[in-house]
Amino acid sequence: MSIDKDKIKHISKLARILVDEKKINGLTKDLSSIFKFIEQLNELNTDKVEPLSSILNKPLRSRKDEINDGKIRDQILKNSPQKNDKFFVVPKVIE
Amino acid sequence: MSDISKKSLTEIVKLIKKKEIKSEELTKSYIKNINSDKKLNSFITTCSEEALRKAKDFDKKPIFDTLLPGIPIAVKDLFCTRDVRTTAGSKMLENFVPNYESTITNNLWNEGAFLLGKLNCDEYAMGSSNETSYFGNVMNPIAENTVPGGSSGGSASALAAGLTPTTIGTDTGGSIRQPASFTGTVGLKPTYGLCSRWGIVAFASSLDQAGPMTKTVSDCALMLQAMVSFDKKDSTSINKKKENYSTSLTNNIKGLKIGIPKEYRVDGMSKEIDKLWENGKKILKDSGAEIIDISLPNTKYALPTYYIVAPAEASSNLARYDGVKYGFRSNKGNDLIEMYENTRSEGFGDEVKRRILIGTYVLSSGYYDAYYIKAQKVRQMIKNDFDQAFKNVDAILTPSTPSSAFKIGEKKNDPISMYLNDIFTVPINLAGIPAISIPAGSDINNYPLGMQLICKPLDEQKLLNIAYAAEKKINFKQSLNRWWEK
Repeated sequence: MSIDKDKIKHISKLARILVDEKKINGLTKDLSSIFKFIEQLNELNTDKVEPLSSILNKPLRSRKDEINDGKIRDQILKNSPQKNDKFFVVPKVIE
Repeated sequence: MSDISKKSLTEIVKLIKKKEIKSEELTKSYIKNINSDKKLNSFITTCSEEALRKAKDFDKKPIFDTLLPGIPIAVKDLFCTRDVRTTAGSKMLENFVPNYESTITNNLWNEGAFLLGKLNCDEYAMGSSNETSYFGNVMNPIAENTVPGGSSGGSASALAAGLTPTTIGTDTGGSIRQPASFTGTVGLKPTYGLCSRWGIVAFASSLDQAGPMTKTVSDCALMLQAMVSFDKKDSTSINKKKENYSTSLTNNIKGLKIGIPKEYRVDGMSKEIDKLWENGKKILKDSGAEIIDISLPNTKYALPTYYIVAPAEASSNLARYDGVKYGFRSNKGNDLIEMYENTRSEGFGDEVKRRILIGTYVLSSGYYDAYYIKAQKVRQMIKNDFDQAFKNVDAILTPSTPSSAFKIGEKKNDPISMYLNDIFTVPINLAGIPAISIPAGSDINNYPLGMQLICKPLDEQKLLNIAYAAEKKINFKQSLNRWWEK
């Protein structure tokens, strides 16, 4: 699988990362060589292998869905890059 | 450097318990050393005042029946620490101050330790040389302009230079063991699930594991004991009886079977590494162990598998950084989507973006089966190799890294050659098993080299015992000219 500029643009859109036009050539080259490296896996026949689902060999534990904290709005808001006194603020989404 | 900071953690704990040194005096000597950190750049944040206050509090009302009484400890800046900024080495989290404490650091504080500072690391732990950190390169105390390894590079550098008596790191593909190997220190990656991941900035959740980085194997046993706990808040935390690694430590390894995997003899590996490996075999044999040749046939596919699985999980974990609830936000963009795109473009560094893009691609519609499912199948085969091997051996011996520490900038522009650093460490994370790197010798430049011991899941005691026996026989000594203090 070769990686070209259009593919990079498509993936960066999916990942919500704006890619600088100036960096796109270098990125295409790097990702192409990484995918060439990754594709060594195609040498292996894996038809009869089940994909690994958990390294612990057992299903994950689930916990009761209980409220165990709360009333920490101000603490949570403290780390927000933009807020008013009660809410996170984002650019306008509804016209 | 004061004499006290040359001592091992185990020795320091003894001195504190015997009341031969006070926590305040101890803490002051590390703070003094940290003041010379400018050229090493191993710290992102120092907590000197708060640490001194804690030390004085301890001395006023000392409690000695804990594992780490009155010990100041600096930790990798990937562990969330309440009210102390936690950056993960990223611009994205430059001003992030958690209002909670990670389980692992909390366990250390419950054993009597307190925070000395936050240590530099590769951005989101993605790197093998600490060159991806937003807060700049870290230098290896062994020589100027030499990398300390990564991603726990600041941890390894600070430990080796005597700026903290012990430290903790995280290891997703070798991020504890490779820097330990590069700096002549001991680093252990525990069994997946043994140490809680709660409160650690996530990179690749099925591979990430915290572990101790120490000067000696005894220190490592002590620290692991302090770190391990069952944690309800981590759904992958293993619920088992707490072991007493430190007091159970023995160098009696008579009759243990040690496997030597032929596939770890890779092309282009230096003669020095080969010699080191041979010497390791001899030492374990002299200690009464039996050496057995084994095969781990899918070893060569571990790194390609890792570079699908780890970026896939990273792209998913790092989707949370959108500039809304916490972290950096770009002021560019006309709507919400453009705000996201600019925030993530400006807030992440090049390597992190590269891995998010790889991960996004391998998980995207039409490619998921060809890449991600394929990799999970090969991961199963790699795990089966180890399961098979451990039917016949107690442990496996390999080199920790294919080379010693390299120069800053040497591999930065070639991602594949950088990734190859982790060729011996990555398979262990994929299989979820424990491994330790201990200093085993030096190369022609007098740079340290590590050897790696690997055991089956939850066999940490055996792993530590073998490492302890080897450490005694190797008797590695490192003398640093302390160039960064000049």
